Amino acid sequence: MGSAKATVPFSGTPEQEAKLLEVIAEKQNEKGALMPILQKAQEIYGYLPIEVQTIISDKTGVPLEKIYGIVTFYAQFSLNPKGKYKVSVCLGTACYVKGSGDIYNKIQEKLGIQGGECTPDGKFSLEACRCIGACGLAPVLTVNEDVYGRLTVDDVDTILAKYSD
Amino acid sequence: MKTLEELKAVREKMEKEVSLRTHGGASSKYEKHVLVCGGTGCTSSGSAKVIEKLKAEFAEKGLTDKIQIVKTGCFGLCALGPIMIVYPEGTFYSRVNVDEIHRIVDEHLIGGKPVKEFLYDETVNGDEIKSLDETAFYKKQHRVALRNCGVINPECIDEYIGRQGYQALGKVLTSMSQDDVIKTILDSGLRGRGGGGFPTGMKWKLAKNIVPNADMKYVCCNADEGDPGAFMDRSVLEGDPHVVLEAMTIAGYAIGAKQGYIYVRAEYPIAVERLKIAIGQAREKGMLGKNIFGTDFSFDIDLRLGAGAFVCGEETALMTSIEGNRGEPRPRPPFPAEKGLFQKPTILNNVETYANIPQIIINGSEWFASMGTEKSKGTKVFALGGKINNTGLVEVPMGTTLREVIEEIGGGIPKGKKFKAAQTGGPSGGCIPAEHFDIPIDYDNLISIGSMMGSGGLIVMDEDNCMVDIAKFFLEFTVDESCGKCAPCRIGTKRLYEILDRITKGKGELEDLDRLEELCYHIKANSLCGLGQTAPNPVLSTLRYFRDEYIAHVVDKRCPAGVCKDLLHFEIMRDKCIGCGMCARQCPASAISKTDYIAPGKKLPAMAIDTSKCVKCGACIETCKFKAIIKK
Repeated sequence: MGSAKATVPFSGTPEQEAKLLEVIAEKQNEKGALMPILQKAQEIYGYLPIEVQTIISDKTGVPLEKIYGIVTFYAQFSLNPKGKYKVSVCLGTACYVKGSGDIYNKIQEKLGIQGGECTPDGKFSLEACRCIGACGLAPVLTVNEDVYGRLTVDDVDTILAKYSD
Repeated sequence: MKTLEELKAVREKMEKEVSLRTHGGASSKYEKHVLVCGGTGCTSSGSAKVIEKLKAEFAEKGLTDKIQIVKTGCFGLCALGPIMIVYPEGTFYSRVNVDEIHRIVDEHLIGGKPVKEFLYDETVNGDEIKSLDETAFYKKQHRVALRNCGVINPECIDEYIGRQGYQALGKVLTSMSQDDVIKTILDSGLRGRGGGGFPTGMKWKLAKNIVPNADMKYVCCNADEGDPGAFMDRSVLEGDPHVVLEAMTIAGYAIGAKQGYIYVRAEYPIAVERLKIAIGQAREKGMLGKNIFGTDFSFDIDLRLGAGAFVCGEETALMTSIEGNRGEPRPRPPFPAEKGLFQKPTILNNVETYANIPQIIINGSEWFASMGTEKSKGTKVFALGGKINNTGLVEVPMGTTLREVIEEIGGGIPKGKKFKAAQTGGPSGGCIPAEHFDIPIDYDNLISIGSMMGSGGLIVMDEDNCMVDIAKFFLEFTVDESCGKCAPCRIGTKRLYEILDRITKGKGELEDLDRLEELCYHIKANSLCGLGQTAPNPVLSTLRYFRDEYIAHVVDKRCPAGVCKDLLHFEIMRDKCIGCGMCARQCPASAISKTDYIAPGKKLPAMAIDTSKCVKCGACIETCKFKAIIKK
């Protein structure tokens, strides 16, 4: 769960910050608003670096350590930016028994990164995900919004080649 | 809508439309309905393009006013997606290819002759074309929770009303007391479908009575379906979202709550979208909001998205998460019925549980209790996955045997392989071996054989799956998902994983098996929540039924299924090798080279693997056309 400390410098824009402040103002008074605010913040910035957490803490009055605790608790929140293409391989049970573990290994080998990392050029990031519910198509992987199913190890090259730009 | 009469008017109008899909030939204003699945499975295999193409074809050929295109929820047979059904005939097209749609339009929709080659094989028998209900996959099913999935357009509240939707709510609000509702649910024998199997009516009764004059109560829906391989809740949300809203509103009335929350996985974008639409429509029609059906009962529902933590499927952790904290469980008591969400009396039921409620109200508790076994009433939805021909969703009466589900409905194991085990209950459940194939599936029987119902994932494994590896897989999952609050779960699962990892690497010893067992019982007895209390189940059940596999790993340093890489070695059978060298070219580790030996009858020298260099990736086996390479 969670991820290691960010190594990429923060480059948030004033527009992003304005949007975040708007979200905070809108949700602040709802009960249990912190989760929806963090989810929106991640939508705006793509990830939740300490700088963004600090803004949320300052505006909501929730201590930074509590926010950090939440961000690192949930798998969906990331302290690191993701690649332009987010590859995620399902390692849920149905996919696993049909060999998604081999596909995951092959992609790590091919991209030269481990799960949870991003290639140095910022193009691909890789993660293992739990069931996305497309068990009928197992084994499955997704690249951003595209879903690829009924895979074999040999399909990996062809799929990655589609994202060459 | 403020009265039952208004609801009835919408229902009568829409009933005619949707009954074309269930009884055939009623008076729809369209000649035919073409249903295309818009569930996650079929969307992943391209059903959105199918709909686009159909629309274009219809516009071009002037069919738009004659034939209705309906995007539905899941039909259940996800392996065959994208799926398309034409009514009133009920002809079932599977794996629809966008480039062939013009043929279906021309030959079938215009010409009246189904295109046999694109139909699901099981429905074609010589010249006769069967409807979907007559196939082996559907025949034994009995759909209660899934009754609208694959039948209605989930984004249209009127179609839901046409299938008796919001009737139950109307009945409850206008003619039943709170206690009547609770009694009906109690008498039906409905038990929680999320895993625990606690009687639903009991939960409601406690929440209504335990805190007199509570100023606020909550109704929550657990849609954080985290068990890998289980997707029945997602299918209900995608295919029939209103049933959940209606049932929660009924629950709200029964316990005296005004506010509901649905906690749904963010990983289910289609379900989230449909729920948002459904909530909007229900508010607009007055099925949610103030003074529902003109009574003084008001109720509203909001969505809360999960953020990818398995433990949030546990009831107290889910509530802690909705409150905006780390999703860690709380000790019970106090139970949520007394102090739940925001410290107020709360009930939490799972999606499938809710999906049964309106039908129980309409048809009565006796109707529901007539299905199932003595202690487990009604039906259960299972998500069939893994090594099985018909992967997908099935709903069968409780008490159906594993054999019926796997062999008859599921169509058996692909490629003629041998069945080894069925895994139920996800990371909290166990593996059931072939010897229990004929046991009727219900809550109590599954527990007695060391597994559990869980939410209903049913993963089939064949002879190629290693049971030690599967146990390790589940422990890796629980180690990752343990929230870390209590030591038995946080540390214990890690130690279990380490022992299993050692065994799969050939470094285990016989004492490890006793250590595993002892540790399992400690974790079960001492963990704070259900996650830890059930985490050892995959280990215990595999130890119980597949001890010989553990012993093979520990004593013989051998993996009988050929999965654990450290225990495998690859070998080229030199007399079968023709020396083509394909394997050497594929080998990523350059571990294969030529020998001096030429087999009798072959022209080139045989190849051999240098085991010190081999990384056991298996690339050579896949390449060899002559089956000259073996792993053992």
